[in-house]
Amino acid sequence: MAKVAMTVNGKAVSGEVEGRTLLVQFLREGLGLTGTHVGCDTSQCGACVVHIDGAAVKACAVFALDAEGASVRTIEGMANADGSLSAIQQAFQDHHALQCGFCTPGMVMSAAALLAENPKPTEREVREYLEGNLCRCTGYHNIVKAIMAASGQEVAIAAE
Amino acid sequence: MYAFEFTRPKTVAEAVAALAGEDAQALGGGQTLIPTLKQRLASPGMLVSLAGIAAMRGVSVAGGTLTVGGGTTHAAVARGAAAAFPALAALAGRIGDPAVRNRGTIGGSLANNDPSACYPAAVLAAGASVVTDRREIAADDFFRGMFATALEAGEIITAVRFPVPQRAAYAKFVQPASRFALVGVFVAKSAAGVRVAVTGASEGGVFRWTQAEAALAADFRPEAVRGLRAAAAGMIGDLHGSPEYRAHLVGVMTARAVAAA
Ligand SMILES: Cc1cc2nc3c(=O)[nH]c(=O)nc-3n(C[C@H](O)[C@H](O)[C@H](O)COP(=O)(O)OP(=O)(O)OC[C@H]3O[C@@H](n4cnc5c(N)ncnc54)[C@H](O)[C@@H]3O)c2cc1C
Ligand code: FES
Ligand code: FES
Repeated sequence: MAKVAMTVNGKAVSGEVEGRTLLVQFLREGLGLTGTHVGCDTSQCGACVVHIDGAAVKACAVFALDAEGASVRTIEGMANADGSLSAIQQAFQDHHALQCGFCTPGMVMSAAALLAENPKPTEREVREYLEGNLCRCTGYHNIVKAIMAASGQEVAIAAE
Repeated sequence: MYAFEFTRPKTVAEAVAALAGEDAQALGGGQTLIPTLKQRLASPGMLVSLAGIAAMRGVSVAGGTLTVGGGTTHAAVARGAAAAFPALAALAGRIGDPAVRNRGTIGGSLANNDPSACYPAAVLAAGASVVTDRREIAADDFFRGMFATALEAGEIITAVRFPVPQRAAYAKFVQPASRFALVGVFVAKSAAGVRVAVTGASEGGVFRWTQAEAALAADFRPEAVRGLRAAAAGMIGDLHGSPEYRAHLVGVMTARAVAAA
């Protein structure tokens, strides 16, 4: 076992982990932050996306010890300071961008990374950015709509 | 995953020392190695993470050569090479998905030499060289067939040096489930001539299509390769495409790359 320390959602945290402990395991089992989901565990689905130092990564494909000293943000750190939903989360609710909700934490984290880097993406850019996030329920259109709306743009999606 | 020790050195020298230990293996971005460990297809005793080595990260340009640190992520190459070598930046920016690009590194991709990986095509077509902790290896000597390279045990790719071509482009036919290349062709034209490197197609991994190189040296237009046919013998055949299909795509993607260059 080795000691690992990092910042998660603005708070300094630490814990004992094995070399093989994945970041997603440390978050879920070590810190009890179960908002980050494990869908495939094979780097395909994006349910486990979190931010490391602002960059979207798949937490099932990062070792906890490689996040030593990093600043990690998870879905639990997305709400506004007063507890209300952030603009992206609210847009997901308003545009019915989730059904079962399993993919939603990863979708929101990817959307947040996209809008931080590209505040006014085109619909095509949104779809391309979500290439690593799979949703089995919604058919994606409402997710794309929500992200367009969260970026303050017209919500005009051709295929309904 | 079997258990292993984990170490995160700060310098190349410390990493080389750690990798000299028995059963030690380098960890780049982990985007290939972590899934491999989960499937128990690898069982190192010690993983040596290269992610803490600042000297192995970054993109720089000097005197017509673009140098990429071996630990530089695909996303950082997409940003850092955009002005000096846009074809390489575009290739990096289309690997996998954004989360994979934020972790995966050029050194990991080249060391792995997946027969469908994108970077090997750029390195071979540009006539780049692979710099390690102990030597510099020309692209023509580096790739040794599917998943095989000239790297010795414990040898670390610290940088890749690309002579920036006059014209270049990468055309990738995406295999949508894996997001790797079903067939990808990188074309590079420089004062020394034209080089065409093909990934995704051959059982032997990345290769140079010399027939197309000769045709393009005489006439650098898509029409110059339209009549050429890559041989289907030795091409990969799987549920995504037959050897004949891949051989056909080699011609199509070469013409597209030339048109885009
Ligand atoms: C969903 C998904 C989609 C992908 N799509 C594509 C794609 O379209 N095109 C493409 O080319 N790739 C693709 N990849 C692979 C991706 O580019 C990987 O990042 C890359 O193959 C391995 O790089 P890494 O840094 O993650 O290496 P790791 O997984 O950490 O390591 C891979 C191997 O290289 C060794 N190694 C790592 N770094 C070094 C070094 N500096 N020196 C020597 N040896 C080293 C390791 O020991 C290991 O054997 C995809 C991966 C995923 C998960
Ligand atoms: S659980 Fe990480 S990508 Fe699916
Ligand atoms: S809402 Fe069910 S997987 Fe996306």
